[in-house]
Amino acid sequence: MEKDVIISVEHVSIKFNLSSEKFDSFKEYIIKSLKKQVSYDEFWALKDVSFEVKKGDSLGLIGLNGSGKSTMLKTIAGVLKPTKGEVTVHGNIAPLIELGAGFDMDLTARENVFLNGALLGYNRSQMEKQYEDIVEFSELRDFMDVPVKNFSSGMVSRLAFAIATIGIPDILIVDEVLSVGDFRFQEKCEARIQNMRDNGTTILFVSHSLQQVEKICNKIVWLEKGNVRMFGDTMEVCSKYKEI
Amino acid sequence: MSKYIQNFLKFKPLLSELVARDIKIKYRRSVLGVLWTLLNPLFMMIILSVVFSNLFKFDIENFPLYVLSGQVVFNFFNDATTSSMSSIIGSASLIKKVYVPKYLFVLSRVFSSFINLMASFTALILVMIATRVELRWTVVLSVFPLFLLVVFSLGVGLLLAALTVKFRDIMHLYSVFTTGLMYLTPVIYPMSMLPQKIKTIVLLNPLTNMLEMFRDTMFNAKCFSAGSLAIGMVEAVIMLAIGLFVFYKNQDEFILNI
Repeated sequence: MEKDVIISVEHVSIKFNLSSEKFDSFKEYIIKSLKKQVSYDEFWALKDVSFEVKKGDSLGLIGLNGSGKSTMLKTIAGVLKPTKGEVTVHGNIAPLIELGAGFDMDLTARENVFLNGALLGYNRSQMEKQYEDIVEFSELRDFMDVPVKNFSSGMVSRLAFAIATIGIPDILIVDEVLSVGDFRFQEKCEARIQNMRDNGTTILFVSHSLQQVEKICNKIVWLEKGNVRMFGDTMEVCSKYKEI
Repeated sequence: MSKYIQNFLKFKPLLSELVARDIKIKYRRSVLGVLWTLLNPLFMMIILSVVFSNLFKFDIENFPLYVLSGQVVFNFFNDATTSSMSSIIGSASLIKKVYVPKYLFVLSRVFSSFINLMASFTALILVMIATRVELRWTVVLSVFPLFLLVVFSLGVGLLLAALTVKFRDIMHLYSVFTTGLMYLTPVIYPMSMLPQKIKTIVLLNPLTNMLEMFRDTMFNAKCFSAGSLAIGMVEAVIMLAIGLFVFYKNQDEFILNI
């Protein structure tokens, strides 16, 4: 069966300028640019990366620290723009990058649910329908009117996970977030991700735990220093990856 | 173009949530809550009217109201632009993680300031009633100068927000700048007392024109001239265009600098 391509990454390169001299002030900047002293060290976080993800696939991104996994995810999520190349995404994305990023610590959990939902593009009435489900899943019923700053980190991530995974998004991005919460909640999260996958959600998954990647993904991109080292089926890539 | 509109519609709920957050956090744990948006300018006005009707006297009818209206307009500009300036830097953690149209952060700050403007406008009306100043129908026309003011401030806010990401100095410099600007706007003095040279400078300040239009409709029962409306519109539109242009050109680099 031929499946539709939902994400296509074509020859994407990303350059960061590591400014060798920090200038934070206007005066310095003008003087330095007049003297043509503004110099940058270039750093290519991704070099000519291409791959495609088909609808319903779950793609794992593996690689050592600093290999460009998170940069890749941010590019797909639309946070970073590629310096060269193009990323085309068909469908809506639910990002699960660093849980709790969208929380305002001074607001209560209930208010944060609506704020976070709006960040994901849901309006108030849509969120009200999902509200009960979020409270149920995060097991925080007694704490919904408490400001989030008083939450433990486990509670924050439970709430964030519950909000980010409402509805059936076309694409779910999961970046190193399953390492939070206790053992039981981790299982619950995994079950929820599996469930979304069965409902046709495409999943992009980053983890250092090869075990989790094997369990969830059917395709893998192996990045090494910004290059694609390997792209293929899970079994194939994993066995090669374990050899290093 | 339709792509931008669609995108805006998708994130419209976020705009209202952001504005609601600003207001909620400001008045959290205070007994009177949101009522402060109205009470605060009202108390300020009472103090100002006592000071300016007893201490400083210029040859102008209803001088306290003259100062108050100046405060309403200038404080909005100051509040909107200053809070917009830090809006992008303040939302760094969000911008790094989730895709959100970035101008929304600036827009939400301007909207929150606008809500405060509405409150202080109401307070101004209350003071007018209390001091038995006749409310004339031209008050309705004050929406025009206020609208121009909002558009103008949005333009300045976008410009500042984009530039501040790169040059943090602006944050420190801007409060000095607005203090200077306040004295270049006829907030607490009448135009008639200015020497000719300074008068030209003050008239070049776009805020002067908007403030004068506002006062004409509020107290003088006059409709502003078509000329000043046209000038105000041109100034507001140009400022917005500059702000949008600079913001749009720089927005992809925000993430690298915050």
